[in-house]
Amino acid sequence: MEHEKYKIPQISVFIENKKGRFYNTTRVLKEAGVNIRAMSLADTMDFGILRFVVDKPEKAYESLLENNFIVKLNDVMAVAIKDECGGLSDLLKTISDLDLNIEYMYTFVNNLDKKAVMLFKFEDIDLAIDKLLKAGAELLDKDYFTKI
Amino acid sequence: MFWEKDRETMDRKSLENLQVELLRENIEYAYKNVPFYKKKFDEYGITKESIKTIEDIRKLPFTTKIDFRDNYPFGLLARPMKEIVRIHSSSGTTGKPTVVAYTKKDLKTWADLVARIAKAAGVTDEDIVQIAFGYGLFTGGFGLHYGLENIGAAIIPASSGNTKRQVMLMQDYGATVLVCTPSYALYIAEVAQNMGIDPKKDLKLRIGMFGAEPWSEQMRKKIEESLNIKAYDNYGLSEIIGPGVAGECEEQNGMHIAEDHFIAEVIDPETEEPVKPGEYGELVITTLTKEALPVFRYRTRDITKLDYSTCKCGRTSVRMSKPIGRTDDMLIIRGVNVFPSQIEEVLFNIEGVSPHYQIIVDRKGALDTVTILVEANANLFFDEMKKQKQLLDRINDELKTTLGIDVDVKLVEPNSIERSEGKAKRIIDKRKF
Repeated sequence: MEHEKYKIPQISVFIENKKGRFYNTTRVLKEAGVNIRAMSLADTMDFGILRFVVDKPEKAYESLLENNFIVKLNDVMAVAIKDECGGLSDLLKTISDLDLNIEYMYTFVNNLDKKAVMLFKFEDIDLAIDKLLKAGAELLDKDYFTKI
Repeated sequence: MFWEKDRETMDRKSLENLQVELLRENIEYAYKNVPFYKKKFDEYGITKESIKTIEDIRKLPFTTKIDFRDNYPFGLLARPMKEIVRIHSSSGTTGKPTVVAYTKKDLKTWADLVARIAKAAGVTDEDIVQIAFGYGLFTGGFGLHYGLENIGAAIIPASSGNTKRQVMLMQDYGATVLVCTPSYALYIAEVAQNMGIDPKKDLKLRIGMFGAEPWSEQMRKKIEESLNIKAYDNYGLSEIIGPGVAGECEEQNGMHIAEDHFIAEVIDPETEEPVKPGEYGELVITTLTKEALPVFRYRTRDITKLDYSTCKCGRTSVRMSKPIGRTDDMLIIRGVNVFPSQIEEVLFNIEGVSPHYQIIVDRKGALDTVTILVEANANLFFDEMKKQKQLLDRINDELKTTLGIDVDVKLVEPNSIERSEGKAKRIIDKRKF
């Protein structure tokens, strides 16, 4: 399906709020030769959820599993906006008008093409891709993250 | 399958008559041979004539662990050391160990009692039995060993520990029966899985005989699924004889107590009065045939209930339920009685919860707090915080409904809770009273 290429694989890792846990995760990725493209750390009182978008998602998933991490592979979508005043606000207005529900989001700026990239987890990713494409948003595909 | 069918299926009237007869003889025997009992019976005015019916046992004073300590090491023995052939003892984690001793006849009785529970679980002389109980002072290892040898099974005396080797032995020697604590059985299953071994394909196990610690029905299901076996419970304690006091038959509906050797009562631990039939209370056991160490109305501190209804297997003996806890590991949290087994029951009913958990009790100001650490796994971890919270809320709610108190469930990383090769350490009580 045409939409599949817009599903960006994301790695989520359960980590306890303890010294060195975050480091251990990144160390495993380093040893596996995986480059982190974007990431976020969500924390609760007791544990955290580390989320990564990487250049080699399967490799990252496998090596974390092998090292006894609790890890899940899931899909997010990436929307590029202009890195200028109002860029994000315009996009969020569109999302709001389309009645799409955001679970969480995080962001990174690509130095090479000067794009600001928003990574979204929507409740229903297929619906979100469909609606945002129709609304003319610039969706980035998987290759964008594996090839830079 | 039976070991001593006549005894195991004796009609209840004859059984009771036998118990009364043996109890009368035992009172006389202990009076003559153990100064401790002579003094105690004199004090309570007890002679063999005090016992006319089985209910008369209630006239006898209780024996407790403290009596064992006070008479450490050999004060309760009824035979001279010349006739003693084996000495075992408890771990003694809270002071002096409890010493128990056996004559040749006692060892024969013990081996027959264990043979009964093995037969009841369906073990035959064709089986290869791996015993992963520690061999040593603890009665579990030697007790099961001689009982299983008695029925002619081939024994691998693996003892406890070195879990990878346990799995290797199990696979290479084709063990069909596993004997250990239930928590260790789960750990073995986990290690086997990590070694890439599929119990269904790579192992020949068919029966597990587990004991020496309380465990729940849910835990039984987990063990049965993960090792592809039928898991049977058995009960015993060193002060009485060791394993072999009671064991499950293939119906798996309670453990048949060997009533031709022991009298079982269930009492309210506070009032010391018998509970109503079928109610939970503290198990009290009297030995009828022990030579070296006769014991009268021993307070086991195990909480159980008795079921006198007839069992399909043909045995006429009373069945005790899995102990739901011990009078001394009952936690009193904000005035509410809580047994760790209740917590386990709730956790294991929630799909995906790993069998490794720990209960931490603490006191903040005047308030007791309970934190339950549960190891996270892919079934319990969600990328969305909302779903994660829903799951934790659900576990907290179900615990609150069952226990009647608020607890706090925390997910921790896999393998961060200490594994046990013997009895699992489930509770850490940090309160200072």
